[in-house]
Amino acid sequence: MVGILEDKDRIFTNLYGFHDWGLEGAKKRGAWNGTKDILSCGRDWIITNVKNSGLRGRGGAGFSTGMKWSFMPKEVKDRPHYLVVNADESEPGTCKDREIMRHDPHLLIEGCLIASFSMQAHACYIYLRGEYIQERERLEAAVKQAYEAKLIGKNNIHGWDFDVYVHHGAGAYICGEETALLESLEGKKGQPRLKPPFPAGAGLYGCPTTVNNVESIAVVGTILRRGAAWFAGFGAPNNAGTKLFCISGHVERPCNVEEAMSIPFRQLVEDHCGGIRGGWGNLKAVIPGGSSVPMIPAEQCENLAMDFDTLRNLKSGLGTAAVIVMDKSTDLVRAIARLSYFYKHESCGQCTPCREGTGWMWRVMERMVKGDADPSEIDTLLEVTTQVEGHTICALGDAAAWPIQGLIRHFRHEIEDRIAQYRSSKGNFAGHSVAAE
Amino acid sequence: MSVRRLAKEQPASFAFSPETMEKVNWWIAKYPESRRQSAVIPILWLVQKQEGWVSEPAITAIAKLLGMAQIRVYEVATFYTMFMLEPVGSAALIQVCGTTPCMLRGSDALIQVCKDKIGPKDKLSRDGKFTWQEVECLGACCNAPMAQINDYYYEDLTPENLAQIIDDFAAGKSPKPGPYNGRHTSEPLGGATTLSDPALYDGSAAKPIKIPNAPGTEVQA
Repeated sequence: MVGILEDKDRIFTNLYGFHDWGLEGAKKRGAWNGTKDILSCGRDWIITNVKNSGLRGRGGAGFSTGMKWSFMPKEVKDRPHYLVVNADESEPGTCKDREIMRHDPHLLIEGCLIASFSMQAHACYIYLRGEYIQERERLEAAVKQAYEAKLIGKNNIHGWDFDVYVHHGAGAYICGEETALLESLEGKKGQPRLKPPFPAGAGLYGCPTTVNNVESIAVVGTILRRGAAWFAGFGAPNNAGTKLFCISGHVERPCNVEEAMSIPFRQLVEDHCGGIRGGWGNLKAVIPGGSSVPMIPAEQCENLAMDFDTLRNLKSGLGTAAVIVMDKSTDLVRAIARLSYFYKHESCGQCTPCREGTGWMWRVMERMVKGDADPSEIDTLLEVTTQVEGHTICALGDAAAWPIQGLIRHFRHEIEDRIAQYRSSKGNFAGHSVAAE
Repeated sequence: MSVRRLAKEQPASFAFSPETMEKVNWWIAKYPESRRQSAVIPILWLVQKQEGWVSEPAITAIAKLLGMAQIRVYEVATFYTMFMLEPVGSAALIQVCGTTPCMLRGSDALIQVCKDKIGPKDKLSRDGKFTWQEVECLGACCNAPMAQINDYYYEDLTPENLAQIIDDFAAGKSPKPGPYNGRHTSEPLGGATTLSDPALYDGSAAKPIKIPNAPGTEVQA
């Protein structure tokens, strides 16, 4: 068998779009099966079972989804409740939600209904990144089908009035941050809000709101159909379930694939991606969870379980499970410098440490790529990353700092070599001649 | 942050076309009556689809339509990088992803093709047909390197593919979007390693089920 997970246990059975994405095809594959029975089990039952399944948020933070739902007010008072689905998939390396929206959209819509019901929301907004135009067209079409079949809408067959609205952004990474997303959805610049108040208290339009990732919502229907214990049965304890992995970079055959959580990294790339380009020995480093998490060197990848806790213990993270593989031909300094440019470009400009720091870090990284720097600047750079990290409203500052920290932690010698090379090519540095004496 | 300004040369006026207006109203209806402002991004996008770019008179018209201060619309138009603040190529707007996952798979070569065939980035080509940009991660990393051309994604590109695509757009054709290395979407090249069990697709998953550990009294078959 290939991988760990068997086909019968895969949730996204149309991941690659080989089959009908429409309502009929989706129903045949099990979507919308028993949804009414699930709702009739009641709100508390749903939340308890999502908790028991061990589902941790698939958007990067890995917080318990059921727990998050339980933070919503128990009673609806003067303000309506909202579910907002974060489909602003922009973390470099990540391309999984896209496949859900264009190939299995009904699993997402069904999940929206179940989640909204359990949080007493009658309306849900799905916020797609603006660039996902094909995905938006597909999702709109699927929503239309669901309305026409009376699966959602007023007086639908599930007995819970419920509207789904598809919304879109226009090219801003920061709108993947939940409060920036809410600002954007309200028609403003996507600048994150201070927390508290948390969205569960005051979110969209000041109303109680829960923001969940596409994958977190789309798996809920199948989890409840198959049972919490089924889902909890995959992966290491506290890292339950199946997970979409996006493997990009220097593997033979990059792909998206749904696998069991905690699958060994080596098995993941060898079974599904044809291995590392040039063989296992050609691996240099891996960014295991999207660009924001620190890289880990090849030595740590030998018996690496791909899950939240293992990667956190290696001072990295599972993030969105976007695995960026880099072989020995990679200029790691340049690879990270490009990410620094990304964060500089995407900083919303609200907090000074991030607005100024991301540009500063990028400029220094660009010099490091050439080697045009002093070795002492490596420590200065590291010091500056710690001044940005943790000193901003949202986590973009942290996300800009971590890739650089990971590079220096594991590949400091590469930067030093680059500087030495640059200097010897110039030949007339003061420091250089002193050292030669 | 990226600094973005409105174009120096602006048209004298802007008017919504009837088709655009119909879509505008459809969008506004998605939000509570008192929250019309929520529609500002989709409406800016519709305006860009109509005109090719976002002009100052258009910003003024949107502000009036939604009852927003003009500066608030201006703010949104300059914050979000998908809004083109000056005219772009009539045949194609090419946005090559240059972020690390695409860089690792050869986006440098795609960028070179654009430089050679079109000219400097962010500038209208001499014949007015093309504009190209290097953009940040477009979220199709398993299909890297890739580019968004007008509305859709062109994936798994080689410099030769991209050159051909540019030629096709120049000749007034519409090359098909999607992967250019022979795969369907984001399955491994040469065939999926998963999802081959026919039982997934024979309808057995649609048979009536009993929800596991449902509360006893409320279970319905």
